[in-house]
Amino acid sequence: MENLKVRAKNLSLFYGDNPALKNISLDIPEKRVSALIGPSGCGKSTFLRTLNRMNDLIDNVRIEGEVLVDGINIYDRNIDVVNLRKKIGMIFQKSNPFAKSVYDNIAFGPRINGITKKSQLDEIVEYSLRQAAIWDEVKGRLHNSALSLSGGQQQRLCIARTLAVNPEIILMDEPASALDPISTSKIEELIHELKQKYTIVIVTHNMQQAARTSDYTAFFYIGELVEVNRTEIIFSNPSKKQTEDYISGRFG
Amino acid sequence: MNRNRKDIIIESLTGISVLLIIFIIISILAITIKGGWPNLSWKFLIEFPKDGMTKGGIFPAIVGTALMTLIMTIAAVPFGVITAVYLAEYAKENSVFAKTIRFAVKTLAVVPSIIFGLFGLGFFIGFIGQNMDKIFNGGVLKWGQPSILWASLTMALLTLPVVIVSVEEAIRTIPVEMREASLALGATKWQTIRRVVLPGSLTGILTGTILAISRGAGEVAPILFTGAAYYLSDLPHSLSDQFMSLGYHIYIMSTQSSNVDATLPIQFATTLVLLLLTFSLNAIAVILRYRIRKKAK
Repeated sequence: MENLKVRAKNLSLFYGDNPALKNISLDIPEKRVSALIGPSGCGKSTFLRTLNRMNDLIDNVRIEGEVLVDGINIYDRNIDVVNLRKKIGMIFQKSNPFAKSVYDNIAFGPRINGITKKSQLDEIVEYSLRQAAIWDEVKGRLHNSALSLSGGQQQRLCIARTLAVNPEIILMDEPASALDPISTSKIEELIHELKQKYTIVIVTHNMQQAARTSDYTAFFYIGELVEVNRTEIIFSNPSKKQTEDYISGRFG
Repeated sequence: MNRNRKDIIIESLTGISVLLIIFIIISILAITIKGGWPNLSWKFLIEFPKDGMTKGGIFPAIVGTALMTLIMTIAAVPFGVITAVYLAEYAKENSVFAKTIRFAVKTLAVVPSIIFGLFGLGFFIGFIGQNMDKIFNGGVLKWGQPSILWASLTMALLTLPVVIVSVEEAIRTIPVEMREASLALGATKWQTIRRVVLPGSLTGILTGTILAISRGAGEVAPILFTGAAYYLSDLPHSLSDQFMSLGYHIYIMSTQSSNVDATLPIQFATTLVLLLLTFSLNAIAVILRYRIRKKAK
């Protein structure tokens, strides 16, 4: 029996009057990788963004149902979104390092949490970069602009930046979709390492990637959760025809 | 008339308009340089006017202009940046309040500058200054009269729209991904603005500041009643002192001098200094703005 870190219960999301997520109930087990797959516009990214309340930033969004993180509904009125997002990190489709040095990118999170001591920041920066498997590549140029790094390095830098805040859950929104195959495989290796310590939810378009990296896979279609199961079962013996059609490439 | 001929006429017309504008600019520059350059010297820049402004230099006018624009900048830039942050970050796009502010900013930008001068006289000097004297000074006249402080604040009102528009434009070029990155790390909205949005808008803030300075340095009408002096034998020492300014100095020499012809060389040289100052400031602003737009693409 897995320990459930996140539980979405009857979650629906509307843009104005248009439903984007319809009554989703999905459990995310702790320290596992859960992949969300499905064709464009199926709601998988929208669902991911409900987990750290990133949809709050968009006007005219309405949410029904609940999302429990460690048993607490994050849509409760007295939830501090800022603290929630410290606990739930997010990696975006397009790597988005700040126009600051490598060091200042990683130190951003610790600094807003009030850490100012240089020795402590140094330690966090090195630790986070090592965890994201990019330390050896950037240790000589910590004070160069993060924008001078390659695309793949920038994405691992963003992962390191998230790790520096010491989250428990990491949400990844197609983290490798803009990267070349070598960079992609580095990210996938990294995901494999990170799941020892973190609960990971990854949205991906790439079915092989879902199969390679995840323990559980959920298939979304037009705002609905069609099927969720252990990844090997979804890919070998899905119970719904829609799932089978999608993973065998018949649509999407 | 066939199509080809129409094209030729339109092309000629547009070409002539452009040439006309270039001709005007070159004429202004040529006349100013021809008349001003021979009279421009190091001494001219660091001496006080002498012999009824027919000799000597324009040192107090340069210092006065610099001090006035400095105080104006200190007042206008923070206020303008705060307004721009509100408009770009906090205001709902279609709220009545935001629309009102935008309308006010646009209106402020087209109010004739002499109106600002009158407003400054009535509001800063007549209302605030005189009441300050009543309350803090036992009725002794100190703040209730024209001074560099009131002139600078009046000028700040005039240049405020320039700052607001430049800064808001720059803030809007910060991609949403940057804000999301910051918020996703658990930063508050204010931390995001302070640590990501404002540092990224620095060039825009600088552009707005420089445009405001170049506008403020050249304007005369707003300071006419609020603080500019005809002639002072000393530099301003306190915020309640009056000051001399380059633009006003030119106006004085060309209209109020007892011997206008004798001041002509100095007028030219002063005009040249003022033109060089505002042109170079504008050039810097144009370059900075170009760099922001390039970055935005």
